[in-house]
Amino acid sequence: MKKKVITLFRIIRAGLINFVRNLSLATAAVAIMVVTLTIVLFLVIANATFTNTIAQLDSKINISVYLLDSDTPQQVNTLEQQLRALPNVRNVGYVSKDEALAEYKAENANNTPLLEAISETGNPLPASVQIEPRNISQIQSIKNFLDKPANVALQDPEVGSTYSGDRKVAINQIAKTTNLLKEGGIIGVAIFAIISALIIFNTLRMAIFNRRDEITIMRLLGATTWYIRGPFVVESMSYGVIAALISVLFIKALFSTASSTLQASSFGLLNISYAYTYFTQHFWLLLTLQLGVGILLGAVSSIIATRRFLKFKSHR
Amino acid sequence: MILLDRVTKTYSKRHTALDRISLRVEPKEFVIVIGQSGAGKTTLLRLLTREEKPTSGKIVVGGIDYDKLSDKDIPLLRRKIGTVFQDFKLLPNKTVFENVAFALEIVGIGGREIQATVPKVLDIVNLSEKAKNMPSELSGGERQRVAIARAVVRQPKILIADEPTGNLDPKHAWDVIKVLEKINRFGTTVLLTTHNQEIVNKLKRRVVTLQGGKITSDRANASYRI
Repeated sequence: MKKKVITLFRIIRAGLINFVRNLSLATAAVAIMVVTLTIVLFLVIANATFTNTIAQLDSKINISVYLLDSDTPQQVNTLEQQLRALPNVRNVGYVSKDEALAEYKAENANNTPLLEAISETGNPLPASVQIEPRNISQIQSIKNFLDKPANVALQDPEVGSTYSGDRKVAINQIAKTTNLLKEGGIIGVAIFAIISALIIFNTLRMAIFNRRDEITIMRLLGATTWYIRGPFVVESMSYGVIAALISVLFIKALFSTASSTLQASSFGLLNISYAYTYFTQHFWLLLTLQLGVGILLGAVSSIIATRRFLKFKSHR
Repeated sequence: MILLDRVTKTYSKRHTALDRISLRVEPKEFVIVIGQSGAGKTTLLRLLTREEKPTSGKIVVGGIDYDKLSDKDIPLLRRKIGTVFQDFKLLPNKTVFENVAFALEIVGIGGREIQATVPKVLDIVNLSEKAKNMPSELSGGERQRVAIARAVVRQPKILIADEPTGNLDPKHAWDVIKVLEKINRFGTTVLLTTHNQEIVNKLKRRVVTLQGGKITSDRANASYRI
């Protein structure tokens, strides 16, 4: 047991000493890891920001069903319940005639003639049911429900139901595009993460290839596989730790010094202040994730890279 | 004790490096293996350190039967044999002290014992003052003496030296040979291969001659003759 502790201690110490003594090689490997990890981190944040933009867009799109004054509260209630039961409905709200009037007045507070006209005629505004869909691209199912004769009978024939002001075509278009971008973003992050892993793996493999003689010598002296491999793994893992820390700090510095430049250069497509909020809120998670990826890549790469030079000749 | 019984090593159908070699080396013996380049000297030593497997035949070193050796046991075998190479094979990123200490570290010997043992061995090879130097700062002779210190620090029963003087000038070559003799006097079996006629003639030890993969002579107190 004591021997094992001594050995573990020596492996870690050797790894760290090697790190210092191979500083030039270490710098190159860390630099490449920093670049790739930073880009992956950037893509993750960009993707989150984009998803947020899409979610905001989604929440602004709803369906209004304008009711007849003659509809009984019971009928309205049944309609609401049936709507809630639909799979694509996230939320259903009711706006009474009075609420509609109050809202209208508030919206047109500066238009005195309009306000006067409306107070003379009593309340011409219909009560309505507001539907918030879950997925704006599948709005058709809600429309089909509303088009049933029994439901049409409840609706104001003059206005019926509107889709955020009859912009259904535009909504559909946006829905399709955003879905595509959302999926594209995830695939993009995944592809880049894989490429980064390969680049890092190759860099470490080159670094270890340069020191293959050392491995052979240690082998000849009777060192066990893990006694030789351990320091390489520790060294590569420390590359990962340093690279992860630098990449996270770099992104942090970028946000705090260049937010306005970033906002301008993203053509308003990305909400940079949200990106920064997302980054700050998930700081520890992102840091842990980066550290985890860095350490894992370092460990796996060095284990695979050393394997070749650790093999015993087994042919006769 | 080293025992080889009808050992053959072929690398390809045309190239037979060793052809039915039988050799017996007793404990504490000092044996010199001579022969021209390509005679099979290095192959013989590589078989003993299990860098190569024999094509056929039996090898037993210090009671270990190589046929029963699994890959996992190879490090344990190599720890029992001290090895010195013609090209030194020092670890370039470690100091002289660390290179010697490494041999003890891999066996799991404690730090205090290492601190006590390594200076003594460096003293035997006259390198106490270079303990903190890196191998790149040493001369060829000094490097070879570090390699010897590393090979003997574990006090192996057997020391294998593959042309340790091959890269050295005569004066340094003699320094190295003197160290090997000293170690042999302490009770270590030494197996030395060399090209150096002068060394063989002065040492007056058992000489095994290899030629074309076969042992052509095996004489005690012998001089260089091929």
